Amino acid sequence: MELVYAQARWDEPLIIELSQRGKVGFHHPSSDQESENVLEAVPPRLRRSTLPSLPEVSEIEVVRHYTRLSQENFGVDLGIYPLGSCTMKYNPKVCDLIAASHKIQELHPYQDLRTVQGILQTLYEAADFLAKIVGMQKITLQPAAGAHGEYTGVMLMRAYHRDKGDLKRDEIIIPDSAHGTNPASAAMAGYKVVEVPSNSQGCVDTEALKSAVGPRTAGLMITNPNTLGIFECKILEIAGIVHDAGGLLYYDGANLNAIMGKARPGDMGFDIVHINLHKTFATPHGGGGPGAGPVGVTSRLMDYLPVPTVEFDGTKYYLEYNRPKSIGKVRAFHGSAAVILRAYTYILLHGKEGLETASEVAVLNANYMAQKLRKIKGYSLPFGEGVPRKHEFVLSASNLAKETGVTALQVGKRLLDFGVHPPTVYFPLIVEEAMMAEPTETVSKQELDAMINGFEKVSEEAYSKSDQPKTSPHSTSVTRIDEAKANRPKTMQLTWKMGARSS
Amino acid sequence: MHQMLGEIGVSTIDDLFKDIPDTIRSKAGLAIPPKMSEMETRRHVEGLLSRNLSTRDILSFLGAGVWPHHVPAAVDAIISRGEFLTSYTPYQPEISQGMLQAMFEYQSMICELTGMDYANSSLYDWSTALGEAARMAARVTGRDEFIVPHYIHPERLSTLKVFCEPADIKIVEVAQDNQTGSLDLSGLKRKLSEKTAGVYLEYPSFLGFVEGSCEEIAQLAHKNGALFVVGSEPISLGVLKPPGELGTDIVVGEGQPLGSHMNYGGPLLGIFACKGDELLRQMPGRIIGRTTTQDGKQDAYCMALQTREQHIRREKATSNICTNEALLALAAAMYLSLLGPRGISGLCSTILERTKYAMEQLRKVRGVTAPRFDSFHFMEFTVNFDKTGKKVSEINDALLGAGIQGGLDASKYFSELGQTALYCFTEVHTHRDIDMLTDKLRQVLEA
Repeated sequence: MELVYAQARWDEPLIIELSQRGKVGFHHPSSDQESENVLEAVPPRLRRSTLPSLPEVSEIEVVRHYTRLSQENFGVDLGIYPLGSCTMKYNPKVCDLIAASHKIQELHPYQDLRTVQGILQTLYEAADFLAKIVGMQKITLQPAAGAHGEYTGVMLMRAYHRDKGDLKRDEIIIPDSAHGTNPASAAMAGYKVVEVPSNSQGCVDTEALKSAVGPRTAGLMITNPNTLGIFECKILEIAGIVHDAGGLLYYDGANLNAIMGKARPGDMGFDIVHINLHKTFATPHGGGGPGAGPVGVTSRLMDYLPVPTVEFDGTKYYLEYNRPKSIGKVRAFHGSAAVILRAYTYILLHGKEGLETASEVAVLNANYMAQKLRKIKGYSLPFGEGVPRKHEFVLSASNLAKETGVTALQVGKRLLDFGVHPPTVYFPLIVEEAMMAEPTETVSKQELDAMINGFEKVSEEAYSKSDQPKTSPHSTSVTRIDEAKANRPKTMQLTWKMGARSS
Repeated sequence: MHQMLGEIGVSTIDDLFKDIPDTIRSKAGLAIPPKMSEMETRRHVEGLLSRNLSTRDILSFLGAGVWPHHVPAAVDAIISRGEFLTSYTPYQPEISQGMLQAMFEYQSMICELTGMDYANSSLYDWSTALGEAARMAARVTGRDEFIVPHYIHPERLSTLKVFCEPADIKIVEVAQDNQTGSLDLSGLKRKLSEKTAGVYLEYPSFLGFVEGSCEEIAQLAHKNGALFVVGSEPISLGVLKPPGELGTDIVVGEGQPLGSHMNYGGPLLGIFACKGDELLRQMPGRIIGRTTTQDGKQDAYCMALQTREQHIRREKATSNICTNEALLALAAAMYLSLLGPRGISGLCSTILERTKYAMEQLRKVRGVTAPRFDSFHFMEFTVNFDKTGKKVSEINDALLGAGIQGGLDASKYFSELGQTALYCFTEVHTHRDIDMLTDKLRQVLEA
């Protein structure tokens, strides 16, 4: 299988540049009478004096413009997307089909509960499935994303300690390999971040952890497997250290795709877990969102969960607001129902065997790719020698960079020419010239081999002093972008009205 | 598979999980149902959903933060395209120009609509955008009090508290006149101090009335060194003076009406916009910039000002947000392009006309006061039933029996309003729908 790719290159103007005075692309029902009078009845001090300068284009112009833009965009539906920690697996179409029903799209969150029993049952069962998959007692479906789940989880930690009268705990411990959202969420929730280093196996240095914990420790935030794709095999010891110090254990579920059916965070000693439905449960990521980040907790944290929770009294489903110890609300309404519905559908499609198989194949694919890539000149697989990876692994291009000047960034840009979305580059921070790759279970061996060939080709080009890696990409809709220019005050342009301040 | 295992140097898949300590290995498998075929799954899930009565099955007059609107077919068609739908955050801009350009267009249109300088490319929803705005105001001013109006959306207030508590920001409430809804300016003056980081107002308000003294409020806030934060439903800005012309520093809002379905309350689209470069540097969320290729030959788009964000700054970031609501922002960009200036103005006319008609008809029902507040309203207004001797909950029960979902019971949030419900009227409600509502109400109340 040869990888070839040519992305559309439309040089599409901005939609405002297509504007022609007087055009209207879409007509809503017009007002039945005296529309002018209605506008004139708006008190002058409240009335807009000029219409907003929005595009004036026809419907077909809008459709063509955005269809062309879609052709200048890359998604899982187009090709391999092994972006580490992002779990870009195939999103089954039936999930979207079901979510296109007016029975979900046109439901209002404040409808009488008697009219929404179907969606409430869906939410209730989705929470139940998720709780069982991660080994937690109770789930809130409300958080809108992984980071939002983290914030919610850390607020639950905070509520727990405060409820116990324990006000001194003002630190959260986070490994140096953690996702950036972990320290950001902890800091937002009012905590000081204490970083612990990784050992030569890429795992938490338990000695360092022992000296980091104490009466100020509110908790530890960690992924398992970690961002190197390595299972923290001392997780029970880690949990013991944190719990003995009176802290709680937070599980960042970004890497859950590695262990479904194999091990549950609840059995590892975790107290709080967030789950990224847009990763493990294949809800489409939409170019950045929406996602959903349900949070599960053990029984000792249940009382603090956000309101409302979805409950069942044996005959009907309902929303429970009467939770006196709840942290309150983390967003409006009851969660991203349309995303949760898709994840629920995904879970039913796969079932107990299917989810476990998904994790198995994801791990198989990652290890296969890691072993093949590490043998290619210029790449290496630092940390955890001889330890199997889980769903992802971190390759280092540091030899390649030292020996040829071709960096991880450039390898990534060159991979674009083959229609391969590059791995996450320069993360985690503990690996030089890092390329964090997560092929997922939905790539075939043929695709893996083709992708591996792509990496090999870049290595050959680099060592043969070809210009290709340094001048790539060539087959995308634009060539290498000047990102510095987008950030310089003089050239920065963040809206079409701004114009470039100087070119 | 055997070949793959051979390359790895193991003999079974299980070998790849041997590093998980036996004590925590799941032995029994997942305690969830066995897999189903696509057909079975679809039948099952659609069976569940069929137990819902959607706002197409019943006539609903609920708004209150998520509003019923017609979504143009073109919007749903384009956002369903796999190239957009199945893409991730555009970390590799060269292969993600489509989404990046669409986000740039979204930001530009939000600025046009709100009259602000800069918009980010989305937050989760209005309530979390408000939480971020309060924290941003506190960061910028170095102060720790945030003033909110009495008639704020209760769920927004609850979310705001969860965002403010760990930052030690105190939420201070200012009264609104319970006849006109106007913010109590002398109360505001009393509560403004050198501690005030920001003053927040909803425009239009949660209860549909529109504050007429925004400029004065902005001036009072600014005179005290505080920021003025406005929360808006965006369709209303097709007819209302944009917050940017009222002295607003930060605008937040809910973008769902711009081409997204209600979806039982999520996903939603958090709007966030601000004025001036100082605030820009403190803004949460992703921002897309326009640039060129390195050879200068092509226009191009990429993420800008990333040093504010968590993946670079970690605990020093302006927010922890990573995943946002890009697909809904794309829908909003398409929606605003389809309507254009005349379309959105026309939509506002329709909404105002329906609202006016509904007030006139409801008022004719004996004992009904509509609106409860003496003010200009947009799209939503309060209906008071005190003189009917019936509770909103009883009335809504009876209406539901006739296939009508009445307005939100506001009396459970604001007891001083008596038996009051918040009703919403948009382009989806015809005169016949409104007549049906008033007929049924008359039957219910006169029974």
